[in-house]
Amino acid sequence: MEKYYATSHEWVMQVDDQHVRVGISDYAQKALGDIVFLSTHELGDSVSFGERFGDVESVKAVSELLSPVDGVVSKVNTDLEDKPELLNEDPLNVWIIEVEGQVDTSRLLSEEAYLALDKDH
Amino acid sequence: MKTTPLTNWHQDHSGNMVDFGGFWMPLHYANGILHEHHSVREKVGLFDVSHMGEFILQGPDALSNLQYLVSNDFRDLQIGKARYGILVREDGSSVDDLLIYKTHEDRYLIVVNAANIEKDETYFRSQLKGDVNFENISDSVGQIAVQGPFADTLLKRFTDVELGYYGFQEDLLIQDIKVVLSRTGYTGEDGYEIYCKAEDTVKLWELFMASGKDLGVEACGLGCRDTLRLEAAMPLFGHELNDETTPLEAGLSMFVKLEKEHFIAQEALSTKPLRRRIGLTLVDRGIAREGSDVYCDGEWIGKITSGTKSPTLNQAIAMAIIKADYFKNENFEIDVRGKRLKAVRVKLPFYKRQGAK
Repeated sequence: MEKYYATSHEWVMQVDDQHVRVGISDYAQKALGDIVFLSTHELGDSVSFGERFGDVESVKAVSELLSPVDGVVSKVNTDLEDKPELLNEDPLNVWIIEVEGQVDTSRLLSEEAYLALDKDH
Repeated sequence: MKTTPLTNWHQDHSGNMVDFGGFWMPLHYANGILHEHHSVREKVGLFDVSHMGEFILQGPDALSNLQYLVSNDFRDLQIGKARYGILVREDGSSVDDLLIYKTHEDRYLIVVNAANIEKDETYFRSQLKGDVNFENISDSVGQIAVQGPFADTLLKRFTDVELGYYGFQEDLLIQDIKVVLSRTGYTGEDGYEIYCKAEDTVKLWELFMASGKDLGVEACGLGCRDTLRLEAAMPLFGHELNDETTPLEAGLSMFVKLEKEHFIAQEALSTKPLRRRIGLTLVDRGIAREGSDVYCDGEWIGKITSGTKSPTLNQAIAMAIIKADYFKNENFEIDVRGKRLKAVRVKLPFYKRQGAK
């Protein structure tokens, strides 16, 4: 399935009729640098588009993760608890949370549009 | 924005550049902060620290002025040795922390923090008394730090001089470049800090980069300089020390000597500090950062001054300045974005290299 992006640099992808997965873009992991810690909403928590669902911490700083979807957290990628660096290694294949919800393409950018975005301004 | 002689080099070598104290400096290069950090702990790293300021203080009254304005005692400092101290005001608050090199009888090289160069110069000039000459030579001096267990191996390829810890040698030639070689650093590892003419800095840097290739030398940015000094529990001005904090509150009492005849902060620093610096490690998952509030038994007692996830210990570490009454407590809580995380006090430094004194 196709990935869609929020301007806050998270991606979301429909994985089946009812579930989407959420991760961060390659640009985001590069900008953050070495990721050393992740905290997210837990199973059963609600997330809302544009609202914080967790924090990602690199050696240098902490950044908020903003949800690119409305819904309820149905899974958390627990691999990231001990190996948050997986987000640096393979950001487009490593998801952070799974949400019961639907991708709303009207509020998101296609991969092509996201990559064309001038991210430094 | 101010630059150093190496700014172009950093930009040409994928330096991730940031404003640091008004200087355009590399935070890290392509391999990232963690890689650079481990390179210094395990091999050797090069840091451009040309942004630091340098002053020359000389004249018959140079020593008495240092004794009056700086917290440490420099009477027994020998030529060829450096000593750390804190430049203080009458109320005991800190203007800056300094490294003072005695180069000759009545002549001292003073190294200060980049962001404080102007403030320090103004303060010195307003306070200096007697027969003494002050000169700010910051713009004409470059500085490179070579840090890590292989730093000595790398330097020995260029010189035979043997320096003890905090020893230095002036007018030393590295090939045809005249330097001040100093066995000091800010990483908790063995290493050197090397001062040269601004125009020789790039050449010296490239010499070390090329020669150190087989040792795994890595260009290192300010990001790992911060994580390295934090593990070694070295204070950073603007964090543990600032214009409102005394050296005693910052846990630097070993660099405060009150048995001096004339010392500007004699009275202020003679009473017990109301705040103290402690080291903490987090028990709960999370990372405490500068500015986080610290609690003990539900009571607010202070703030985190520096915090990170230690790359060497793989554990969240932090320093805090807290109310002195709680200094002996073991268990604390840190507010990290609304969550109270458990932390325990640990002895500083967090990291000490093997064989260190």
